[in-house]
Parts: sequence; structure tokens; C-alpha cells
Amino acid sequence: MRGATRATWMACALAVALAATACGGGDSGGGAAGVVSSSWGDPHNPLEPSNTNEVQGGKVLDMLFRGLKRYDPKTGEAKDMLAEKIDTADSRSFTVTIKDGWTFSNGEKVTAKSFVDAWNYGAHLKNNQRNAYFFGYIEGYDKVHPEKGEATAETLSGLRVKDQRTFTVKLTQKFSTWPETLGYAAFAPLPRAFFDDHDAWLAKPVGNGPYTVDSYVKGSRMSMRKWERYPGPDKARNGGVDLTVYTDNNTAYTDLTAGNLDLLDDVPASQLKNVRADLGDRYINTPAGIVQTLAFPYYDERWNADGMEKVRTGLSMAINRQQITDTIFQKTRTPAHDWTSPVLRQEGGFDDTLCGKACDFDPARAKKLVAEGGGIPGGTLRITFNADTGSHREWVDAVCNSINNALGNDRACTGAPVGTFADYRSQIVDRKMAGPFRAGWQMDYPLIQNFLQPLYYTNASSNDGKWSSEKFDKLVDEANAESDPAKAVGKFREAEKVVRDEMAAIPLWYQNGSAGYSDRISNVALNPFSVPVYNEITVN
Amino acid sequence: MGRYVIRRLLQMIPVFFGATLLIFLMVNVMGDPIAGLCGDRECDPATAARLRAEFGLDEPVWQQYLTYMGNVFTGDFGTAFNGQKVTELMGTAFPVTIRLTLVAVVFEVVIGISLGVLTGLRRGRPADTGVLLMTLVVISIPTFVTGLLLQLLLGVKWGIIKPAVSSDATVDELLVPGLVLASVSLAYITRLTRTSVAENSRADYVRTAVAKGLPRRRVVSRHLLRNSLIPVVTFIGTDVGALMGGAIVTERIFNIHGVGYQLYQGILRQSSQTVVGFVTVLVLVFLLANLLVDILYAVLDPRIRYA
Repeated sequence: MRGATRATWMACALAVALAATACGGGDSGGGAAGVVSSSWGDPHNPLEPSNTNEVQGGKVLDMLFRGLKRYDPKTGEAKDMLAEKIDTADSRSFTVTIKDGWTFSNGEKVTAKSFVDAWNYGAHLKNNQRNAYFFGYIEGYDKVHPEKGEATAETLSGLRVKDQRTFTVKLTQKFSTWPETLGYAAFAPLPRAFFDDHDAWLAKPVGNGPYTVDSYVKGSRMSMRKWERYPGPDKARNGGVDLTVYTDNNTAYTDLTAGNLDLLDDVPASQLKNVRADLGDRYINTPAGIVQTLAFPYYDERWNADGMEKVRTGLSMAINRQQITDTIFQKTRTPAHDWTSPVLRQEGGFDDTLCGKACDFDPARAKKLVAEGGGIPGGTLRITFNADTGSHREWVDAVCNSINNALGNDRACTGAPVGTFADYRSQIVDRKMAGPFRAGWQMDYPLIQNFLQPLYYTNASSNDGKWSSEKFDKLVDEANAESDPAKAVGKFREAEKVVRDEMAAIPLWYQNGSAGYSDRISNVALNPFSVPVYNEITVN
Repeated sequence: MGRYVIRRLLQMIPVFFGATLLIFLMVNVMGDPIAGLCGDRECDPATAARLRAEFGLDEPVWQQYLTYMGNVFTGDFGTAFNGQKVTELMGTAFPVTIRLTLVAVVFEVVIGISLGVLTGLRRGRPADTGVLLMTLVVISIPTFVTGLLLQLLLGVKWGIIKPAVSSDATVDELLVPGLVLASVSLAYITRLTRTSVAENSRADYVRTAVAKGLPRRRVVSRHLLRNSLIPVVTFIGTDVGALMGGAIVTERIFNIHGVGYQLYQGILRQSSQTVVGFVTVLVLVFLLANLLVDILYAVLDPRIRYA
């Protein structure tokens, strides 16, 4: 009878398998009542305000924290949040007064010390904070965060707590628009709990924003619930937000169309063709502060030679931006005509005429300019990009095609893929780029300064091509010293013209934020950082 | 038998060190991972230097390897770039993948072997031809096509399953992904069993068993199957390791946060601690599965035991 037992065992296994299938899929979609479920990507770095520099970590901080300023979700304008007033007489010394009545969700009061402690923590070298350089304008930064060696001071000398609600900040240089940078997450206040038990805080962050963390499984999901006693004006209009990490945006999109997910804030490029048919007006596509450019390796003498600006301008004119954004990006990107972003609006320094003819497709003139400038160094243009994220390969191929057609040379341009983003970045840092390379800039705060200074100022943090121009640097310095905001913007625009004349980098297109949502929720919008305004979302 | 097992266990040691060293070198060849940590901008040099020191990346590779192996033997697999202990990542990822693998193996064994026996005993009949054709189709379609198709049909069109597996990854959620993961191996097992059964059913000992007047069921299960399963067991044994490591595609499609997902993340971020740690464990799984196969061999065929 031993044979019989085996047969029975098999039958049982099959029966179990079938029964289990029948049980599966019976659960209803969505989370608890009034809770929005949303897609998420695993944050790259530990979740701390001054350690988070990408969108996925940033969106959590936007729900958990409120800083001195907050960027208006619609206009991007920096508005006072915790700040009652920020005074200055000389654009260099600032006195910050914070509003009364704010607390962290664990009951601790938000005081001037909450800010000063958080900023000192963020700036100090020993804490390895990726955003430490945001505090670089404050006096004493070179002591707590020297370029080499150990820190010689524990705290920033430019920060002083005056009383419970006031503190003063002294900067190393004039920076009139500095208060407007304070909406960035790195400047958020931190409760004592953060310093007392850091590991516990990281496991379950406590902030002062409209939401509190209910549960957090690293790399997998985070449940946030409305904080009922939140003192701010922008209370959550839903019961909470459940963020689920998706390994692939396509899966998230499938989940959205199946009704298991409410909100997807980055529609994958491969679905752009279907998205309007699938979601109708539940698909949103709005300008975000992101501009894509091609940067050049100025450390390579061939690219830095005289006359090369003609070649670069010629290459810019050889790219048919309109066609590429229409076909590859399905009109979800806009051909760029300056080096900033439409979210700045005219008064903020955006100017879609600034690049002028140099950004218009003109193959005949392109060919002439490239020839006049002495031709492409080495005969072949190799555009380097990382092949692991985004749809960089598609557009690089398209740009190369466009250039090849314009120059009438099949071998003028080829793509040079690099396997991973990390490797790509390390090649850039090691100055190994042989030709132009992909450069994208997502703004930290909606200021024209942020689109120019970090990217083109001599030795600035994101000046990957190591471009350098005395004239540009001088104009930026003048702009920062200018106390009248409108005049400062004017100066920055002057500086941007230097970038244009030299064609320091070729602007390609402005990237929009794109999101899709289910019919279970309404009032969905993206802010200028392409992050959903979660607290405004209502559940039907 | 005991000596045989011990010899096999000893052989595993050089394989283990060789494999981990190779992986270690490969990840290191990919370049400096710190640059990727700061996003689209350069890390400031001081922080980059500190991070490099923290992850031990400032030492020569051989020294990194020695330190790493030393730590591994005390159970410390290092820290991933997002600040989590690699052991913590393993603790969440391996149970999920093991569940998925088990589901897949059960599908392979149950469906694969039954179909194989069925067709092997009826070779040339319509049922045989039909199943052979089906396996051919399954083998020729890549896993991601089957996966995406099933996800679309069952998940979106008919709403029988959820397209994405939740973070709990319970067994019933893993049935469809498990079937997808198993599909190709399942087809191979069917074919392997069929051929083996067809061949052995003509063997002398089967004819003897039938002539003795044994009931058909006993002939098939005791005499025919026991001999026919040797190649199948080998295949399943090596397949366990392949399934665990090769689940990347399936895990990605169904959003399963298992070993494949962690490895993928680790490679993208060039986190050598994560990659080497996970691969080390996978190497161990592979070796143990092979050992198990060899022992099973000896159980199924006593001749091997004494060879």
C-alpha cells in the first residue's frame, strides 16, 4: 500500500494548491477608510531631513515636517510657515522669529533650539549628512565641516539662540534670497527625541507635519496617519497615506489600473501611450522644476579650446527637440529655451526667449557652425548616459540621430551607455567623460539662483563639466548681494546670458511631473517639485 | 555514506571561498559606489571620505575581502547604503523568496512529474503529443512574457488575483508568481520524466515485475518511478538554487520584496556589502542543494553509494 500513500499525498498537495488559489484575491482593494494608498521608491539614504536628497525620501519628509518656510504647492512661492518673521538689514545677518504654538507630534514644543540643533547636526562632518553643504553659507561651516581632516568645532558659530522663539544667523557672504531657501527639507527642525535615541527615531520618525508615522517597514512600506492636533493651516484632508515600495513602476501602474492603488506619482514612459485611454482626466501632467541638459567636459582641452562654443551651439541647433519630445516623451516634456524652468515663472527669472535661435532646430546653420568651430573633437561625439534608470537610451539615440542627419554624417554621434547610476556618477566625479554627457537638474528650491549657481559657478557642487567663467561668477556674486529681489533676478538673467553665449551646456527639455490616480480619490495635484500634495487629497 | 558526506562538505570550503572572492572582485571592478550616494551632484570630499572609511572602501581590495570574511564568520554582513544591516535585509528577503521557491518547486514536482509519468506511459498517444506541444510552447516563451500576461489577465481583466504581492507575501498571493517562476523548469521536468519513464518501461526489471503479477500501480511507483526519477531529482536539486537566484524577473513583475529585489537594488547602488552578502548565502544554498541531490542519489541508487 505504499504506492497508494504517495498518490494520496500528491492529490492532497494539488487540492491545497487549488483551495488556496480560490482563497486568494478575495480581499478588497485599498487600505483603511479615508486612507490613500500611494506608490513609493525605496529611499537611498537613511530618512533624516539633512540626509535626504532624492524625491522618494523627500516626499515623506514633506508629510512629516514643516519648516520655517513652505513652497506654495501651486505657485512655488516661499511662504512663511513656522517663521513669524525673518529680518535682515544687510542681507547677511538674519534674525528669525518662529511662531508660537507649534509642537512635534510627540508633544515637544518647537523652539528656536529645535532649529539650531538640527542645523548643527546637519552641518557636522561626523554625521555624514549628504545635504551638509546646504549649511555652507552659514558662518563657521568650514570649522564643523572642513574639506579635509577632523572638525575643529562642534557647532556653527553663525547660529545663536536668543530666546525660546528667536535665533540669529550670520552668513559668510551676502545672500539676499537666503530666507527663500529655507523651505528645503534639510532646514526642518528636529525634536530632542532625534538626538536622545537616534536609532529609535530612524525606525519611526517623529516630526511636526500634518502626518505621523503609524508603522514603517524599511524598504517595503510606510503607513502615515493624520495627526489630529496638527497646529498648522494645512491640515490633512484624508485619514492618512500608505506608501508602498514598488520594485517596478510598471507593476505600480498595473496595480493602479486594477484598482489596488490610489496614486502613482511617476507614470512609466512605456505607459505614456496608454495612460490617457486608461485613466482619462485622472492623469495629470504639470510642469516641474526639472531641466535636462547635455553637459561638456571642460577639463578636456579639446572641448575647452577657442571656437568650441560654435561647435556646441551648432550641436544645440542640430537637435530637433520638438520632434523628440513629441514622439519619445509623448508631449510630456517641453523643448527648453533657457536653462531654468517654467515653474519659476517670468517674475522668478524664467525666460523662454533667452536661448533664442541657438535652441531652434536649424540643420543647415548647425552644420555650418560645427565646421566653423573646427568640427567635433575626435570626429565622433559620444554622449554618455546611465542606462539603468529613466529612458535615457531612447532619447540619446534620438538626439544622435538628429545630429547625424543634420551634419550629414552617420558616424558623427553615438551613445555611450554606463551600466549603473553609481558608476556613471563616479566616472563624472573622476573626470573621465570623453564627450558630452547627460545632466539633469531637479531644483532644491524655486529660485533662479538654484538653477545657475550650483551648476555653472566655478567649482560649484554640481558643476560636473567644470565650466568656469569669471564674468558669470562676478554676475552671480552681484546678484546674491542685491537686496531687491527683482534686481537680483535681473542680474541672474544677465549671468544666464553668459551661459548661453558660451553654450556651457545644451538645454534639452523641461521635464513635467506626471501622476495617475484612481477614482477613489480627488483633489490630486503635483507641486513644482513633482511631488503630490498629499495633505490636500480627499477620499471619495 | 558518512565519509562520503564529510568529503563533500570539505570540498565545499574552497568552492565557497573562491565564489565569494570572485563576487567581491566583480563588485569592486564596477567602481566607486560613493559617488552615486549623493544623487545628481558631487558628494563633498570630506563626507565622501568619511563614508568611504565607514564602509571600508578606502582599504586595498584584498584587505577589504579579509575583513569582510572575518566579519562574516562572526555573523556580521555589514551595512547597506541605506543604513540597514545586511542581516536585517536578509531576514526580510529570504523568507519571502524561500516561500516563493517552495511554491515553485511544489508546482514542478506535482504537475511536472505527474504529467511526465502520464505521457511517458502513453507515448505516441494524443495526450502525449498534446503535452509535448504544450511544454514546447512554455519553454519557448520567456518568463517575463508569461508573467506579464498572467498578471494582466488574472489581475486586471478578470480580477482574480492582485497584480502586486503585498509586503507580507503570503503563500496564496505567491501561487501565480510561483507558477510563473516554475513554468520553464516544469516543462523540462515533464519532458525529462517522460523520456526516462518511457525508456525504463521497456526495461527488463519492469517486464519481470509485470510478469510476477504485481499490481500496475505498484510496478509504476516502486519499480519504474524509483529508477526514472534519478535525473529528475538532479534537475530539481540544482533548480532550487537557480530559482532562488533567478527570481529577479518574477519578483520584479509581481513586486515581491525578496532576494532578487535586494540583489537588484544592491547592484544598482553598487552596494558591495549587500551583493556579496546575498550571493554568499546563495552560494551556500547552491552547495547544500547539490549535496542533498548527491545524497538522494545514493538513496535512490545504492550502487552510487559504494562507488
